Amino acid sequence: MLLSFLTTLSKWAIPLLLLVIPVYGYIKKVPVYEAFVEGAEEGFTTVIKIIPFLVGMMVAISVFRASGAMNYLSSAAAPLTKLIGAPSELLPLAVMRPLSGSAVLGLATELMKVYGPDSFIGRCASVMQGTTDTTFFVLTIYFGAVGIKKYRYAIITGLSADISGFLASIYICNLLFK
Amino acid sequence: MLNLIWLLLLASGIIVAAINGNVEVVTEAALSAARGAVQVCFDLIGIMALWLGIMRIAERGGLIRIIAILLKPIMSRLFPSIPAGHPAMGAIILNLSANILGLGNAATPFGMKAMQEMQKLNAGSSEASQAMCTFLALNTSCITLIPATIIGVRLSFASANPTEIVGPCIFATSISMLIAVSMDYWFRSRSRWKGTR
Repeated sequence: MLLSFLTTLSKWAIPLLLLVIPVYGYIKKVPVYEAFVEGAEEGFTTVIKIIPFLVGMMVAISVFRASGAMNYLSSAAAPLTKLIGAPSELLPLAVMRPLSGSAVLGLATELMKVYGPDSFIGRCASVMQGTTDTTFFVLTIYFGAVGIKKYRYAIITGLSADISGFLASIYICNLLFK
Repeated sequence: MLNLIWLLLLASGIIVAAINGNVEVVTEAALSAARGAVQVCFDLIGIMALWLGIMRIAERGGLIRIIAILLKPIMSRLFPSIPAGHPAMGAIILNLSANILGLGNAATPFGMKAMQEMQKLNAGSSEASQAMCTFLALNTSCITLIPATIIGVRLSFASANPTEIVGPCIFATSISMLIAVSMDYWFRSRSRWKGTR
């Protein structure tokens, strides 16, 4: 029940926003089309500003992954995952999660193909995927958009959220699905 | 810190490739990633334009301000350095709502708008403000009610119950959000920039 409500909500959210905001603006005597174009123009300049940041980050991550260094890091961390009750197949997922969204989706899809979506590994991979975010990507584009070069403690906070999300996923999966 | 992480990713990748005798993957990976990054940005332009356009209407009609005032009690605790009713608050709320609903496409433009508004309060510095750090802590650890992508993947591999992971996801994100917000709070309170920006 709750779930179908939520699914309906996320299906309707965008059409409703696109309806309600312009209608509201019109009532408030905003020249809606002109305001839209004026705002949309900003989209272009903002994205252009992100390009150098994103190129820098994506090149480093891609080299790290393609060279096999990521796999070494995963296997080096294998004893740690045994300790917390996570199958070692999930490690590349955990390591890549903050770095690359598309790589992680690929890895998770692969795990579900091999082990099945209803296996313990498949369920863990799903929960991990739904839990954490691509921290580096988010930081890169958001800070890039305003030209921030010193991220201060934002990286540590974001990575701690990823690690705790990973641990919490493993914990809840062991509790419910083992 | 970012400088070091960036260097480590790049250098360890190249060294590992060299040891394994396939240093040519580095060239291929670097060049295609550089192209890919621009591709990602180009895909973003249309979506950004759409949502920033809609957002401008909401702003001119005063809607953003109203939302910001309604959620002031929570927001002013999380973001003490942003004045009440500042447009940054409205953009932050819209970004987090879009994240919670799993509307990733709409979330990014709202988030960028929020960053731009916060940058105005940051006196053009190239260093992140406390409000930005808090915002990104919330943003990267935010709860998603419907993890649509992964449900889709599960469905495509004929899962008996594709949505059974929703509850566990909400549990796990709540934990990570709690950790992120507390850590951010801790950093903020012991920061040498305390009281400023």
